[in-house]
Amino acid sequence: MNKIAKLFVTFISAITLALVSFTSSFAKVDGEYIVLGSAISLTGKYSSNGVHTQNGYNMAVDRINKMGGVEVQGKKYKFEIIYYDDESNPKRAAQLAERLIKQDGVHYMLGPYSSGLTKAIAPVTEKYKIPMVEANGASRSLFTKGYKYLFAVLSPANQYLEVAIDLAVEKNGGKGVKIAQAFEQDAFSQDVRLGILDAAKRTGSEIIIDDKLPKELNDMAATLAKVKAVKPDVLVVSGHTKGALTAIRQISEMKVDVPMLAMTHCDAAKLSKQHGKKSEFALCASQWHKNLSYKDKFFGSGKKYAKDFQKEFGYDPPYQSAESSAALLVFKDAFERANSFDRDAVRDALVDTEMQTFYGNIKFGPGGQNVAKPMILFQVRCKGDDCENRVVAPTKWASDKFYHPIPKWSERS
Amino acid sequence: MDFLIFKAPMLMVQASLDGILLGILFALIAYGMALQWGVMNIINIAQGDLVILGGYIAYTIYLWGIHPAWGVIISPIIMFFVGWGLYKLVINKVVDRDLFISILATFGIAIVFQQLMNFIFGADVVVAQSEYGTTMLFDNSVTLPNSKIFSAFISVLYAVALVIYMKKSRLGRAIRATAQNARAAKILGVDTEKVYAATFGINAALCGIAGALISITLTLHPYVGLPYTVRSFMIVIVAGLGNLPAVAVSGMGLGLFEEFADYILGTEFRIGAVFLLLVLILVYRRFKLSKKREYLK
Repeated sequence: MNKIAKLFVTFISAITLALVSFTSSFAKVDGEYIVLGSAISLTGKYSSNGVHTQNGYNMAVDRINKMGGVEVQGKKYKFEIIYYDDESNPKRAAQLAERLIKQDGVHYMLGPYSSGLTKAIAPVTEKYKIPMVEANGASRSLFTKGYKYLFAVLSPANQYLEVAIDLAVEKNGGKGVKIAQAFEQDAFSQDVRLGILDAAKRTGSEIIIDDKLPKELNDMAATLAKVKAVKPDVLVVSGHTKGALTAIRQISEMKVDVPMLAMTHCDAAKLSKQHGKKSEFALCASQWHKNLSYKDKFFGSGKKYAKDFQKEFGYDPPYQSAESSAALLVFKDAFERANSFDRDAVRDALVDTEMQTFYGNIKFGPGGQNVAKPMILFQVRCKGDDCENRVVAPTKWASDKFYHPIPKWSERS
Repeated sequence: MDFLIFKAPMLMVQASLDGILLGILFALIAYGMALQWGVMNIINIAQGDLVILGGYIAYTIYLWGIHPAWGVIISPIIMFFVGWGLYKLVINKVVDRDLFISILATFGIAIVFQQLMNFIFGADVVVAQSEYGTTMLFDNSVTLPNSKIFSAFISVLYAVALVIYMKKSRLGRAIRATAQNARAAKILGVDTEKVYAATFGINAALCGIAGALISITLTLHPYVGLPYTVRSFMIVIVAGLGNLPAVAVSGMGLGLFEEFADYILGTEFRIGAVFLLLVLILVYRRFKLSKKREYLK
């Protein structure tokens, strides 16, 4: 290396060092702002849900700031979020979490999108003792590792479709049912599967097909041919949006008749946009639905939230946005109860959280998962090609009767 | 449970037909790969991403209200030029270099394509609807989506057309000459540069057709290209280069094998079984070669 190059490198390192020490001085609270950090998938395969998450966060930040902000020790503060794009890559997410904490001096984190990325970030936040409220990592394994600084506003993955099995048993006069299931081999879907295994045991149901679909899932014809042959009472599929779309496509093309079809990641907007009324009667697990009767003073009801969200972003909020907004409400509540910016005080306040938001009741269990909110099931119902989600379970919020059994393909127009 | 297939003979018919129909589609992609691998000695990691891009072209015309089946004509035309451009931009710089460089270059292309598709078409999974309905056989116990039958038919049609083209046309003969010995072909007046560009274009066009067919039979997503690359790579390895009937047979064979592995070993071992088969075939080939004393150390 020649002299000039050496000089150049020294110069650059000096500037970088200066910048690092400068940014660290921002720390947790900058003037009237409480700075939160989040690595989020703005590009890469999770980018659409990443954007839903970010929109949810931003919506809540705006609302809370507009309605007076967060009051700590008699002074009003506003929320501000530093975002980095993690490119849907767990390694990158962990690096960015480290950067947010070490370079940007962030002391409070919001979660990324998906269980996989949350899993990558949690060890980092844990190491630096940074409280993280996350809204999009439902995998059960997040809550069994003994993390002390991780709090999830959503119900864990194993609860996603348990309700569906209960519903099938109820329709069968309380007797156990025959279950066929196909799950993608990823952390989330396998957790959903564990939930079904528990539910089957509890209700005396029998699992007659238990397929594990490859991650690069694009064809489940073999599974569906088996389903046709053994005629189960309920077919359960989980493999993110791709799994839901593949299932609907092939079930309709192969004319597979099952009395009940339960899935994850299948809200009507996505399914019917692609498949029209072929997706009708599918049961979908969801963390939230706008028709639920929960309320809070920031967003009012779910319906009001949906309306405001639609006005701001131009589309109906998926549950990913709603739960992300709820994460900010939890933080605000915790800061005010802690009445301090001390991380451990905030963490202790988070442990004691017990509140209602428009998204649902929130109370954290020992592992950090939300234990106060049940999952809901909706059924896709269509008028022509216009389909919508109608809540059918649990009965407390059901707006519609559960349509059972699904009519045979030969009888569907 | 594992041996359900032997209890229900109709499942065997279903599995065979599913396997063959899907295998034909994969064979088409593999044929493109074998062609440009044979001619240019390039392993194209971006093969699957070209397929997906072709699929998105069909999906786009579907969004414009045109039936997605027209994609099998429009998509290869556009993809031919994409392939041609790609050759002029990147591939011509690596065509004479060693295999590793070409793998790196096409790997880079794959990443750029994935991000571009993600940027343009979004990260949501999409499908195009052909509304072709379903063929039901044996009293509804075997069902075949007509879209799959259509896709197999189109694949065969294009493959046959290409074989004839390669045999009869000037360019086809030039391509075959270049594949046999590029230097000799050059000396005899073949513009190898043009041949390479055309070969890469034809490969991309084949990917375009396959992509359009996938948009109506399976699902599209910017990041699902790699499995198609791997699958076609496997088919080519099993079949060998420059052996078109073998590519077709190996495509269908792998499709069949995969379906049956699903029933007998379980869905989770489906891909694993195919890879195991690949290893066995490679070991067997080496064994055969060493026996013939043709294997050079």
